[in-house]
Amino acid sequence: MELLSGGEMLIRALHDEGVELLFGYPGGAALHIYDAIFNQDKVEHILVRHEQAATHAADGYARATGKPGVVLVTSGPGATNAITGIATAFMDSIPMVVISGQVDSSLIGSDAFQETDMVGISRPIVKHSFMVQNAEDIPAIVKKAFYIATTGRPGPVVIDVPKDVTDPARKFEYRYPETVKMRSYSVPAKGHTGQIKKAVEILLSAKRPIIYAGGGVIQGNASDLLTQLARSLGYPVTNTLMGLGAFPAPDQQFLGMLGMHGTYEANMAMHFSDVVLGIGVRFDDRVTNAVSKFCPGAKILHVDIDPASISKTVAADVPIVGSVTSVLEEMLDLIKQSETQIDKKSIDMWWQQIEGWRAKDCLKVIPAGNDVIKPQQAVQAVYKATKGEAYVSSDVGQHQMFAAQYYHFNKPRRWINSGGLGTMGFGFPAAFGVQLAFPDAISVCITGEGSIQMCIQELATCLQYGLPVKIICLNNQSLGMVRQWQDMQYGGRYSHSTYAESLPDFVKLVEAYGHVGIRITKLSELDQKMEEAFALKNRLVFVDVMVDPSEHVYPMAIKGGSMKDMYLSKTERT
Amino acid sequence: MRHIISILLENEPGALSRVVGLFSQRNYNIESLTVAPTEDRTLSRLTITTIGDDRKIEQITKHLNKLIDVVKLVDLTEGSHIERELMLVKVKATGAQRAEIKRTTDIFRGQIVDVTSTVYSIQLTGTSDKLDSFLDAIGNSSVLEVARTGVTGISRGDKVLSL
Repeated sequence: MELLSGGEMLIRALHDEGVELLFGYPGGAALHIYDAIFNQDKVEHILVRHEQAATHAADGYARATGKPGVVLVTSGPGATNAITGIATAFMDSIPMVVISGQVDSSLIGSDAFQETDMVGISRPIVKHSFMVQNAEDIPAIVKKAFYIATTGRPGPVVIDVPKDVTDPARKFEYRYPETVKMRSYSVPAKGHTGQIKKAVEILLSAKRPIIYAGGGVIQGNASDLLTQLARSLGYPVTNTLMGLGAFPAPDQQFLGMLGMHGTYEANMAMHFSDVVLGIGVRFDDRVTNAVSKFCPGAKILHVDIDPASISKTVAADVPIVGSVTSVLEEMLDLIKQSETQIDKKSIDMWWQQIEGWRAKDCLKVIPAGNDVIKPQQAVQAVYKATKGEAYVSSDVGQHQMFAAQYYHFNKPRRWINSGGLGTMGFGFPAAFGVQLAFPDAISVCITGEGSIQMCIQELATCLQYGLPVKIICLNNQSLGMVRQWQDMQYGGRYSHSTYAESLPDFVKLVEAYGHVGIRITKLSELDQKMEEAFALKNRLVFVDVMVDPSEHVYPMAIKGGSMKDMYLSKTERT
Repeated sequence: MRHIISILLENEPGALSRVVGLFSQRNYNIESLTVAPTEDRTLSRLTITTIGDDRKIEQITKHLNKLIDVVKLVDLTEGSHIERELMLVKVKATGAQRAEIKRTTDIFRGQIVDVTSTVYSIQLTGTSDKLDSFLDAIGNSSVLEVARTGVTGISRGDKVLSL
């Protein structure tokens, strides 16, 4: 048996776990581990420029591949800088393992240099955490950490490693465990057959059904099954912000995204439905609007792997706890066997009603005139230039909603965004995490001039590793979503949401970092310049698109109302 | 409604803080909390009393179950159960009061476990209500110090909370 130090065991265990990429930033408490990285070539380490970016990059990698993202940071500020990214992953149930250095065991609790209680600080935003007490425990802890992070409802796991535990002078026998046994952790596998039967019967007898699918379908790799189910039933489908791509957007059965900035047809269909099949969703407040007015006539069938998600905000009539894959497989079988016939006539009438709502064409873009670019048109230009085949990450704000509305995702894991926590600064690091996973793919970050400045230092990381990410900055010279709310609710008082006079020249900035910058100011040049940007396949290109700053995102839910209550434009509401 | 939730918890460092943290993080209320290792030293038994409607209690138990360190739990108030709390109370006891306090202690089946010329220390077990009543009977003015353990409990009959 091999003798390894704690630091070496950690890296070897990552390799044995199948980890290829590690995102991180060195520092005192992690130096033994970094030395172990230097002496091997199996796990590649990507040096970021800020620990927050390490977590977002690992997160983007995880969302695009389905594999866990892995992060290594040092103690104290390294650990606290990682917190935003851990919280982002936690809110969206992304599998991630974060290894943080810690001061020597003997110093813990003494307010030592760069000491922080990482297990304590991260506790509310992790699925679980470990503090390594003995080097011999490292292989078993790593095995458990990955098992917990990737199974059930996935999430981030922190491993805090005191420096003395990784001491290169102390070697131990290394053996990576093949299996994990934890008496206190079990993964719900199949759903309850009786409940699934009940749900199927309700579904088949529905007159105004809708399938409401979310991020759980993507995380559970169940997009194909969802599509099969939807096609076999012929029912309308809507996706949450997190679920975009779970069902192909160009499909006639797809009503678009639902919720606060969802389409008119999706929100109306939800409100007037008689059966809602929620799959891998959590009835988030950005979807339901006022819970008391949510889908008044609907029976709620709710499938989720996390029992705590069910009946948390909206009580489920038929709760089903199980992996979406197993539940959908069973549903498909039961539908075939069932003697209940779909009420074709009612479903046809339902579709007629939906087509009436769809005819409103709520996402129609009205040109601004004078060659001014609307932000929606910029997203449409990206869609055209990439033929809908790109991985698209976004930051948070208006651009995020425009990307969600106007880039039509027809495959899962292509839309990479911070839905739950809403983290500005997420998009760009996530995009290069995706690029590292798929070097030949197009990885686009649709961002704004506000968000991009929250992790812009990563331009250096992309130069170091030759990552040709395309950054499309919808530059409206203001914090657009804040400004929109200030327009709508605060009498147009733009409190700290504008900064036009102090914006950097992004083209010069990215050039200083060794990349290519392109500015687009005229609608007449939009498509052509966008094509030019994407034609530079091996370069990072920052496209600074100057867009109409007065534009709002619509539809927009009216606070306190039901799902049918929406603003459709600055002058029209339902 | 008041619920008593009994939890078998891995006897690991930090496990208790995960349980307590969950309550504050999700804005749940802890009325009382007791914890000690069980006959199996790898497990602690934790008893929490909390207040909430059925929906809230359902969320609490679901979220507790999600904690990796929680091995098993039961809401004791769902069935018939026995609950006890222990109280140590120090009271002023001089003159005629001494006999009166002794009598009250006997009525409540408490024990005087320490005596000085001016003070009695009394030990009392029972439901929380009984302990409250005892304090009422003694009267606030003579109570010098109260130490209560919080509620612990066990279900009646054959039902057992174990692995």
